[in-house]
Amino acid sequence: MMLHRRHFIATAGAAGLLAASSPRLSLAAAGTDRRLVMIVLRGAMDGLGAVVPYADPDYRSVRGTLALAEPGQEGGVLDLDGRFGLHPALAALHEWWGQKQLLAVHAIATPYRDRSHFDAQDLLDTGGIRAGDDSGWLNRALARLDGGGKGLGLSLGQGVPLVLRGSVPVASWAPSPLPEPTMDFMDRVAGLYSNDPVLGPALMAGLGVADMANGMDGNKKRDGGKDRLILAETAGRMLSDPAGPRIATLELSGWDTHVGQGTLQGRLPNALGQLAETMVTLRTSMQGVWDQTLIAIVTEFGRTIRPNGTGGTDHGTAGVALLAGGGLNGGRVLGDWPGLRDDKLFEGRDLAPTTDMRALLKGVLAGHLGLPAADIDRYVFPDAKSIRAMPDLVRA
Amino acid sequence: MVMTTAPGTLAAHALSRFGFGAGPGDLDRVKSDPRGWVESQLTPRPLPAILGQHQGSAPRVATLLAARKAKGEVEEMAKKQAREQYRADIAIRTRLAAGSDAPLQERLVQFWSNHFTVSTQRPAIAPLGLAYENEAIRPHILGNFRDMARAAILHPAMLIYLDNAQSIGPDSKAGQKRDKGLNENLGREALELHLLGVDGGYHQDDVRAMALVLTGWTLDEERGTASFNPRRHQPGEKVLLGQRIPESGIAEAAAAIDMLCAHPATANHVAQKLARHFIADDPPPTAVTALAKAFRDSRGDLAHVTATLVKMDAAWAQPLSKMRSPNDFITATLRASAVEIPDDRIVNAMNLLGQMPFAAPSPAGWPDKAADWTGPDAILRRIDWSLAFGQRLGAKLDARAFVDTALGDLADDGLRQAVARAPSPAEALGLVLSSPAFQRR
Repeated sequence: MMLHRRHFIATAGAAGLLAASSPRLSLAAAGTDRRLVMIVLRGAMDGLGAVVPYADPDYRSVRGTLALAEPGQEGGVLDLDGRFGLHPALAALHEWWGQKQLLAVHAIATPYRDRSHFDAQDLLDTGGIRAGDDSGWLNRALARLDGGGKGLGLSLGQGVPLVLRGSVPVASWAPSPLPEPTMDFMDRVAGLYSNDPVLGPALMAGLGVADMANGMDGNKKRDGGKDRLILAETAGRMLSDPAGPRIATLELSGWDTHVGQGTLQGRLPNALGQLAETMVTLRTSMQGVWDQTLIAIVTEFGRTIRPNGTGGTDHGTAGVALLAGGGLNGGRVLGDWPGLRDDKLFEGRDLAPTTDMRALLKGVLAGHLGLPAADIDRYVFPDAKSIRAMPDLVRA
Repeated sequence: MVMTTAPGTLAAHALSRFGFGAGPGDLDRVKSDPRGWVESQLTPRPLPAILGQHQGSAPRVATLLAARKAKGEVEEMAKKQAREQYRADIAIRTRLAAGSDAPLQERLVQFWSNHFTVSTQRPAIAPLGLAYENEAIRPHILGNFRDMARAAILHPAMLIYLDNAQSIGPDSKAGQKRDKGLNENLGREALELHLLGVDGGYHQDDVRAMALVLTGWTLDEERGTASFNPRRHQPGEKVLLGQRIPESGIAEAAAAIDMLCAHPATANHVAQKLARHFIADDPPPTAVTALAKAFRDSRGDLAHVTATLVKMDAAWAQPLSKMRSPNDFITATLRASAVEIPDDRIVNAMNLLGQMPFAAPSPAGWPDKAADWTGPDAILRRIDWSLAFGQRLGAKLDARAFVDTALGDLADDGLRQAVARAPSPAEALGLVLSSPAFQRR
């Protein structure tokens, strides 16, 4: 008979093996019933392509071949507030808008003003002002939750992205077709790892979550390109578990649309379609806790206002962030819209930033997770004390 | 410190850090002079026979472009063939590294290939990765960085991967006629990732200037080679980092690349990456400085830079602190076990452990720090895979002998005891592969 990893944790704990780093054992201390899923779009989503400023007088002329039709026309954007419309590939989310469960922040950017993906992602993840820090803001936020955040963080994927790395141990999970070793074998490996500062904690964090995933996901087989959806569905179920994780990260790629970005067909609509599908899967699998859930979607920067010479867009500055969730005070496009006129652009080519990304992230931590403002300023975003948290993101 | 280390430990160190770990007989062979063994690999060796027979990039690029035009069934067939070529290439590359008698050279090939990444994130790259590496990277690992940079940046695979094949000078003849123009992708990544580094002191104007320099570099669709089309090249002088690149069409790219290679920022960038790969995640600044100096003094002579690196005490500091990437881990397993593994199993292992060759998540290549490869699920998966490998081969390989072959003095008493007490040969082998010592290089 196959002994499961769940039992391993229990017995290993009894045997005193690294018990303190096992997420399952520390979950009793879970301090919040709120769920936060950060979806990080790696490669820089074109904000103007996702949340389209169709009513801006300069929109059509600057966007040229990449401009989308107005609401009501064939292939037109889905109206949000008379100024902005959602890309049709996000149609599933338009329904959420109607339920006030979707919110967009336009012309948003981190403090970073150069155009390197890698430095920009670094700052998006660390919440700092210079590249090279080694802990993520979300891990620092975890540490402020009751119980020091132990067992509450989950990366969806084999590894842990920088945004979730830091002093609080977090788990990671991805679907795998490999057979699961017996508890006895894992016990022996844990013995070898007991003095290893890197592998020991990683193993213990992995075991807790792998078991939780297995308990829910009878069929671990992979289904070709559907890994992303298996990931979202299993994540949703893990996050729904009262003793499960509360804060999860998920990374999506395919946003660096230098070529063939497209309007209704092409790389951007494909990527947007995948994003919508992922979010719908998450919501469906989190039905029971949807009212306590917030999904935040961020990307490292926006893209150029004008198409480049190859039917795409190059690296830009300000872009769009999205929030979704059952308790959201949504149905709004936030942020001061700077306009698309030549003299309003950043360096003559990019959407000018008017909202600091950290204002949004601080607003999420305060409004949704209930973190005290003083803690956020001191521990999570020490470089952003002067940036005011966005208020009223969730319903009172 | 280094002097007091037992020769067996030093041999295992040499094999793991500079190669892909020890295979049967390696530790005995290297023990008498570990440093000498490493340094003996600093002279170029003949091209491995299997690569001599490998189809180059040109026919594959030509097939790809023809199939795109033909569409329909022809395109589907070509895609299928490309996937098969990709899988075969991964097996060739992995076996070559696992079986090499100059594993430092194979590690250098993989290191530089990752520095100048092309990736299947653009599916067209799949059948081209190995050919690109053979043509643009391998000939130059002990040659000049400048030659490697020119070969890599102007290789058809790179022109496809970072979109330069389609980039057109706005004021060129082609640019004036059509609604087509500049694409900054390759210009930016050449400055940021290949040459100067992100802190190299360039600005948006320089990115654009580099992109303009590179306009015209596209594909000869029939031959499948890189070609320069003057009709697409932006006319006029360009100014890059304050230096003038006079109008010279086809010659501008080489002139710009040479100028950038001679820039001190490039020396620092390359030194930092080499030190991170061969010394530690956060290498001592003195080592980086010394490597940058070797790079500048020799004008990018990589034999000299590599020799400087392998002679540094920092590169021999105990214990081994670098975490094996999944690719390193699988290659080390193959080398240590020295058993014949079918192509598909090699490819599937790479895929399962999350590091398919030529499939890095971005143009920055695969990350090179422990934290990038030790996510809880990633570690669990290595263990799962190790046991599965043991179950397949435990009957053929005696784990006690395997410990001596693969780790020698790096195996501590705890591991030897665990192996001796393991309930089955499969689990014994699985434990060795899972062990902390086997994860390090």
